[in-house]
Amino acid sequence: MKLKKFYLSLILFFLYAPICVLIIYSFNANRIGNTWGGFTFHWYTQLIGDRNIMRALQNTISIGLISAGISTIIGTLAAVSINNMKKNTRKIILSVSSLPVATPDIVIGVSLMVLYVSFFRLTGGGRFGFGTLLLSHIAFSVPYVILTVLPRFKHMNGYIYEAALDLGANPVQAFIKAVVPQLIPGIVTGFLLAFTMSIDDFIVSFFTTGGGVSNLSLIIFSMARRGVNPTINALSTIMFIAVMLLLFIINLRDTRKIKGDLT
Amino acid sequence: MKSTKLAIPYIIWIFIFTIVPVFLLINYAFSTNTGSFTIDNFSRFFSPLYIGILMRSFYMAFWSTIICFIIAYPVAYILSTKEFKNRNVLILLFIVPMWMNFLVRTYAWLFILGNNGVLNIFLGFLGFPQIRLLFTDAAVLIGLVYTFLPFMIFPIYSSLSKIDYKIVEGAQDLGANSFYVMLKIIFPLSLPGIASGLTMVFMPAVATFLVSNILGGGGYMLIGNLIEQQFMIVGNRHFGSAISLILLALILVFNMLISTLIREEETN
Repeated sequence: MKLKKFYLSLILFFLYAPICVLIIYSFNANRIGNTWGGFTFHWYTQLIGDRNIMRALQNTISIGLISAGISTIIGTLAAVSINNMKKNTRKIILSVSSLPVATPDIVIGVSLMVLYVSFFRLTGGGRFGFGTLLLSHIAFSVPYVILTVLPRFKHMNGYIYEAALDLGANPVQAFIKAVVPQLIPGIVTGFLLAFTMSIDDFIVSFFTTGGGVSNLSLIIFSMARRGVNPTINALSTIMFIAVMLLLFIINLRDTRKIKGDLT
Repeated sequence: MKSTKLAIPYIIWIFIFTIVPVFLLINYAFSTNTGSFTIDNFSRFFSPLYIGILMRSFYMAFWSTIICFIIAYPVAYILSTKEFKNRNVLILLFIVPMWMNFLVRTYAWLFILGNNGVLNIFLGFLGFPQIRLLFTDAAVLIGLVYTFLPFMIFPIYSSLSKIDYKIVEGAQDLGANSFYVMLKIIFPLSLPGIASGLTMVFMPAVATFLVSNILGGGGYMLIGNLIEQQFMIVGNRHFGSAISLILLALILVFNMLISTLIREEETN
């Protein structure tokens, strides 16, 4: 028992040490070197004053929200009809959907890059930038939305749509007023998952951006290439806390959902 | 609600963003700048330089997968034994580090492994000589293990926690010692988890370019760095596409190998 505790503590130490060091150094007044120069908020204020970083933050949030929104709509509609499909069609669609999940990110990144290059060549216009970044983020998020929404159908009464039609609703009304509310927990979780994946992504963004359009991951990468920089530490600390809050919300929803199912 | 029309946007979507890119990659890999057919992009790869980079990627991915497995199996086992009261909190503690941005997690190691890093300060404090770790194979290996360790822990944990403990108790009643129980019952029953852990670590590790770029230094070349270089620096998308396809094919073969090996082991 003692040995087991020691082993787990050792591995947890290995997992947390880099994160703790990173956070501690974000408050270090010394810019270079690893000596402690006193506690400071300097890097956080510098962060807020940095125009490039603030623009990258704006891009990250807007791409995250828009891509999560669009992929949630596409994914939910797809989940609804995948649920209605015959077993074989369903199998094909689901296995094609899981292709991106089983492909290394770098290959997804370069294949999307090649797609845009070919499209630009075909149409004779277009540039890498916000648009290509947004499309790519939607592309890798949609499968995850489907995989979160699909299990909700198990909890749903299959006749609810017909019942709404019998009561005089038209198909669109029946879908929005009767079906969607049943799926809401899955849809919200899917949205949050897509949003977190978008703000967390680096590799696909790296290959599909251009024209100086950056998100936070990209800006950290270009700064890190020039060596350590305490502003990155401050930025990373804030991002870590933000993602942690988001995922706690997702998990909280999940446990509440499970509790709700039990009672 | 028997309509499947709602899937049409999605089907168009996966056609454009999943299927077309794969065919474009194949098209690029088999053509020259002027668009004529060629297999030069593939034959060019079979030179000592590029094969060396490929071997190195497999070497690094292989060892990081092995090390992950050795570290992760006991963790997964301990977590699955239900010995600790606050097990859910413990599991959450192993999940939280994954929520840190992947890039940032790798970057953080610069502060530990650098020549003036925390590790060397600590060693100096204990009176040991400094070691040069950053920009070596060891640093890349540490970065890979660190990044992908959770991908090994959780699949093994989930297959271990599904084991019916009555089987274990039965074996113990029949006189099996704990080593024998581990070898003949627990380990074989955790094989599906091990299989998915191995593929979930090996695939991203062999394709990485970020960990090797940050912790290996500018000149450090793995297959991922080579792809990145061809697309972003050299601008040879044809050769880059060919390398991506070779990588994809090798990963496919590796996954198939693992799943057949595990299946054979299970039928034994």
